[in-house]
Amino acid sequence: MTPTLTAILVTLKLAGLTTSILLLLGMPLAWWLARTRSRWRIPIGALVALPMVLPPTVLGFYLLLGMGIHGPIGQLTASLGLGTLAFTFQGLLFASVLYSLPFVVHPLQSGFASIDTTVLEAAATLRASPLDRFISVVLPLSRPALVTATLFGFAHTVGEFGVVLMVGGNIDGQTRVLSVLLYDQVEAMAYGDAHRLAAGLLVFSFGMLLVMQWLGRRTALVHD
Amino acid sequence: MTDTVRGIELRLRLQRRDFTLDVALSLPAQGVTVVFGPSGSGKSTLLRAIAGLEPEARGLVRVDDEIWQDARLRLPPHRRPVGVVFQQTALLPHLSVHDNLRYGWRRAGTDADVMREWIDKLALGPLLARSPATLSGGERQRVALGRALMCQPRWLLLDEPLSALDVDRRADILPYLEAIRRQACIPLLYVTHSVEEAARLADHLVLLEAGRVRIAGPALEVLNRPDLPLALRDDAAAVLEASVLGDDGHGLLMLDTPAGTLHAHGPAHPIGTRVRLRIQARDVSVALSARTDTSVLNIIPAVLQSLSTLPGGQLQLQLRAGGTRLLARVSHQSAARLQLREGLPVWAQIKAVALLI
Repeated sequence: MTPTLTAILVTLKLAGLTTSILLLLGMPLAWWLARTRSRWRIPIGALVALPMVLPPTVLGFYLLLGMGIHGPIGQLTASLGLGTLAFTFQGLLFASVLYSLPFVVHPLQSGFASIDTTVLEAAATLRASPLDRFISVVLPLSRPALVTATLFGFAHTVGEFGVVLMVGGNIDGQTRVLSVLLYDQVEAMAYGDAHRLAAGLLVFSFGMLLVMQWLGRRTALVHD
Repeated sequence: MTDTVRGIELRLRLQRRDFTLDVALSLPAQGVTVVFGPSGSGKSTLLRAIAGLEPEARGLVRVDDEIWQDARLRLPPHRRPVGVVFQQTALLPHLSVHDNLRYGWRRAGTDADVMREWIDKLALGPLLARSPATLSGGERQRVALGRALMCQPRWLLLDEPLSALDVDRRADILPYLEAIRRQACIPLLYVTHSVEEAARLADHLVLLEAGRVRIAGPALEVLNRPDLPLALRDDAAAVLEASVLGDDGHGLLMLDTPAGTLHAHGPAHPIGTRVRLRIQARDVSVALSARTDTSVLNIIPAVLQSLSTLPGGQLQLQLRAGGTRLLARVSHQSAARLQLREGLPVWAQIKAVALLI
């Protein structure tokens, strides 16, 4: 397999898993942030948003320390018999989840917040339990937000560079993703390969945005 | 008679920063109970607390022998067998009318017959395939009513269901409310700030003020109490129950009321139909003799029971006419000229009788 194909597979696996995990974790978190009146809402919200403003290398650096044999995460994983996560695919996955968290949680949160509370109360008086209401009312009404969150989470993970370089290293078939490969190719002055890769990523990103706009428009029409 | 407990028992308390709801009520488990009060009096909060939508509300909610809430137990809203019709209808926007109706019906496990029956009675058939966004205000409210009834609730709670509608649409919905009252055999709790709606629909009336019950009782009794703020309002009125005697031959309805026979404008009704009338104080004047040189049709004998001065300077008169009480308004000048005093026999001239249909 060519290094490019390997990197594509690693990238797709990483972005796919990261997005799935983030949707599972992000939904309850975003729901809580959108609906709670707790005083913890502001600090937790800020913590979730932190990867948006933090230089990725800073996040990567602390994760590298945390996942090392002396770090808290490293000690936890070592005591579970998993070894340390630094420079492994699992470590990269963990870092990606943190790094892309706000890009999934924020669209979900604003989608959830825009749902009319009375509609949920009406569903409750129509005998729907809280979980039932989430599945039968909240999720269908948040479809545009779910699409945005999925695409943002995926695209943002594909594009990450600083965090990968810090915690993932550059191991072929394990942690070498497309963005790192591109960097390698430029370093090696292989501009032809770099062009193909960069143009591919450009088309991919543009395509993602097209899909998102198109789905958003379609949902808007349905709701008019 | 069985020894099961009958009736509805409410003791609810809810503390907010600037508002306290503190209500103790025993209500009949049948007919229409109207909770009436100005905005901010806590009527909607009371309804929400009954439905379980106010988690901080403490106290007791008992409907016949079913306890929905007490010191130990607090059923969440989806476990309370209520039907709620919200002011803004709250239809599920992503579902068709049909699926909105099915939503509660399926979860409550109600018979298919019930669904067909209410689709029929509320004339929802032509709307089933539509999306809520395409419905008019009146249609939305009908769907909301139907949706709540599909669950076969033990108690139907309506939160100002007509206030978002214009006058014509209200007139469209009211007959359906009447039909529910006659046929559903479930008690209704109807929250409103409109005296008209209260006078028309209530069997039992609760007057709420600043989170507390000012008075509760049979509707006509409460509506006609002279010592309540209702009687001092500009639109103070007597509410009478009457039955239709027929057409007077000149396009007016003849009505048999406790005050005597009255003529009123209104659509034709079968003879014997029970209706309610509202006679506003400002539409009633008094004379010392039964005048014939007047355009007023309804002139009935009465006895002046009391006079009181209104904030605006007019005098409000309480009259006893036959088996009922009427209110009238006159100026101080007229009162002096006619030498009005308690116990004086007078003729009440009624300019307008509003049929509450």
